[in-house]
Amino acid sequence: MGLITTLETAALVEVEEGTKILSPNIIVTSMDKLINWGRRSSLWPMTFGLACCAIEMMATYASHNDLDRMGIIPRGSPRQSDFMFIAGTVTKKMSQIVRRVYDQMPEPRYVISVGSCADSGGIFNTYSTVQGCDSFLPVDVYIPGCPPRPEAFIDGIIKLQEKIKAEQFHWSRWR
Amino acid sequence: MEALLIAEKLRERFPEEVLDIKEFRGQISVTVNKDKILNIFRYLHDDPDLFFDYLVDVCGADYLGKKEKRFEVVYHLYSIKHRHALRVKAEVAADKPSIDSVVGIWAGANWHEREAYDMYGIVFNGHPDLRRILLPEDWEGYPLRKDYPVKGPEKEWPGFLDVLDKAKKYREFEWHG
Repeated sequence: MGLITTLETAALVEVEEGTKILSPNIIVTSMDKLINWGRRSSLWPMTFGLACCAIEMMATYASHNDLDRMGIIPRGSPRQSDFMFIAGTVTKKMSQIVRRVYDQMPEPRYVISVGSCADSGGIFNTYSTVQGCDSFLPVDVYIPGCPPRPEAFIDGIIKLQEKIKAEQFHWSRWR
Repeated sequence: MEALLIAEKLRERFPEEVLDIKEFRGQISVTVNKDKILNIFRYLHDDPDLFFDYLVDVCGADYLGKKEKRFEVVYHLYSIKHRHALRVKAEVAADKPSIDSVVGIWAGANWHEREAYDMYGIVFNGHPDLRRILLPEDWEGYPLRKDYPVKGPEKEWPGFLDVLDKAKKYREFEWHG
């Protein structure tokens, strides 16, 4: 009896647009908001590095910048990963493997292209280098730099989180 | 032993084979005839005073239009016991470039020779496993040759075209929710 009376009298408080909280712990929100919140709060990247950008990527994972606090934990298998850093120069020979790793990732999946080499080929306008990994991968976020600093990595991840936050109906085939 | 003395000693032992001895910034390069290179290296490796037990590097070089014989194979030798070093060069002509493999003397030459084969197309006779080492096996041409276009030949490598095709084909299966 006591619970029902509480519900009747308590007010719905709108904490942000589209999300209301009914004290003490009932939240009313949309499916989009809930799923996008869960998705962007625990992004697991594929452990995959190609060149010097990968060194910077490892530095970003490590304690000083500590991506763990953003829910980012590198995974050893593409099947457990949500997104992938293309960190470094993509050679034509390596492009087959990069594509295979990407194809093994479960959906929804995202790609962050890191550094000038992965973005555009960079200084390596040569016979062996892919001129931009977006020629064979759908890239969501580009991080410039040669190599980018850890702050740039974090900025790129935040950009990806913003992108996920803005997604609509990206959760059902039958919608 | 001083590198210049080593070079002189080598010339005494193989007067016909040693073509030139050059010094540049305290480093000695010996240019030798490529035909009896195995005898020369066997001597450099086995002689107790020289004892070059460590082959630091084998690499190719292309002197297109600058030398009569187009290619050069360069061997960097070092003796861990005596702590002396020597550079040996062998010129190789452009037409079907080939030289004897030194894998029988230094096993570490295996990958270095494969790299020189990969990049310059120099064939190492008697090599146990002469395949490309860096480029894909079906690559055409030898990229470090001076007449190879930096951006690659007109014809794209088929392996990369496959990746592009695959990417195009899989695009329609991408999940957009």
